[in-house]
Amino acid sequence: MKENKSLLVPLVLFVLLVALLGRGFGLKDPHLLPSELIDRPFPEFALAKLHDADRTITADHIRGRISLVNVWATWCPNCLVEHPELTRVAREEGVTLIGVNYNDESIKARAWLERNGDPYRFHIVDDQGTLAISLGVYGAPETFVVDADGVIRYRHVGAVTHKVWLNRLSPAIELLKGKP
Amino acid sequence: MVARLTFCLLICLPYAVANAAIDAYQFPSEDMRVRYHRLIDELRCPQCLNTNIAGSDAMIAKDLRREVHRLLIAGKSDAEILEFMYQSYGDFILYKPRLKAATIVLWFGPPLLLCVAIVILVVIMRRRGRPAAEQVDSQRLEALLARREPD
Repeated sequence: MKENKSLLVPLVLFVLLVALLGRGFGLKDPHLLPSELIDRPFPEFALAKLHDADRTITADHIRGRISLVNVWATWCPNCLVEHPELTRVAREEGVTLIGVNYNDESIKARAWLERNGDPYRFHIVDDQGTLAISLGVYGAPETFVVDADGVIRYRHVGAVTHKVWLNRLSPAIELLKGKP
Repeated sequence: MVARLTFCLLICLPYAVANAAIDAYQFPSEDMRVRYHRLIDELRCPQCLNTNIAGSDAMIAKDLRREVHRLLIAGKSDAEILEFMYQSYGDFILYKPRLKAATIVLWFGPPLLLCVAIVILVVIMRRRGRPAAEQVDSQRLEALLARREPD
């Protein structure tokens, strides 16, 4: 009987190892880093406005209402994929959309918006990627839900599809609206 | 997702081997250049999972190298630069994660497993060694040896 119990030790260790590795490999997407920025104020910045390079946009311009801050670029194919849904969300759901034009050329960005439509309230020119770095961005597109106090409440990495809107962004925004 | 993975495979892998950091950054002192290289070796590329920002040609790695350079020129200390990166990207960015509740397994898991393995090894060796030595039947051994002798 004593012998039998010690035989179980390797089995138990094996099961533990399988559980550990299963958890590691089972993570849906290893790229989805936990964001450090949730519930932290939108980082301070001072960057030009895409359609009026003389005007400087700061974090103050983001405060005052709940908004979706979308990091996009003309070189990013998924940005084109999510564009129709973002357009619908801005026009039909009345969501304030703010663009961060990331590591891009302003001329190309303006042409892209003319071609595909511009549902954004304004765009911030982040041609050096400094704001994106402060936001912990590591690719485009990424979308942040920012509340009226300018605090980041939710982050979505990747294209905003209709499903993402319904299951993630819309509930996050509704939750914020419910607050006094 | 597939596009991002493909991007990483295509862009990161060959360069990871070749160590692609060849940006022409100017430094006022040799000391600062050394600090720059130590920092970009320590920071992990958030886009490609297993490379530091020194060895990656991904866009974000380039941006982060430029940011490290900018912060060094602005007179920030190494600790301040690492803190800045940590504020944006969290534990992931540091190849040496900070010691806290969430990373305690990372730090102490492997040595603990090694200790457990050594204990198990010692127990097994003792168990095997002891009975074998005790149970040798000397008469039977001699009989076996005697039978072999004629050969």
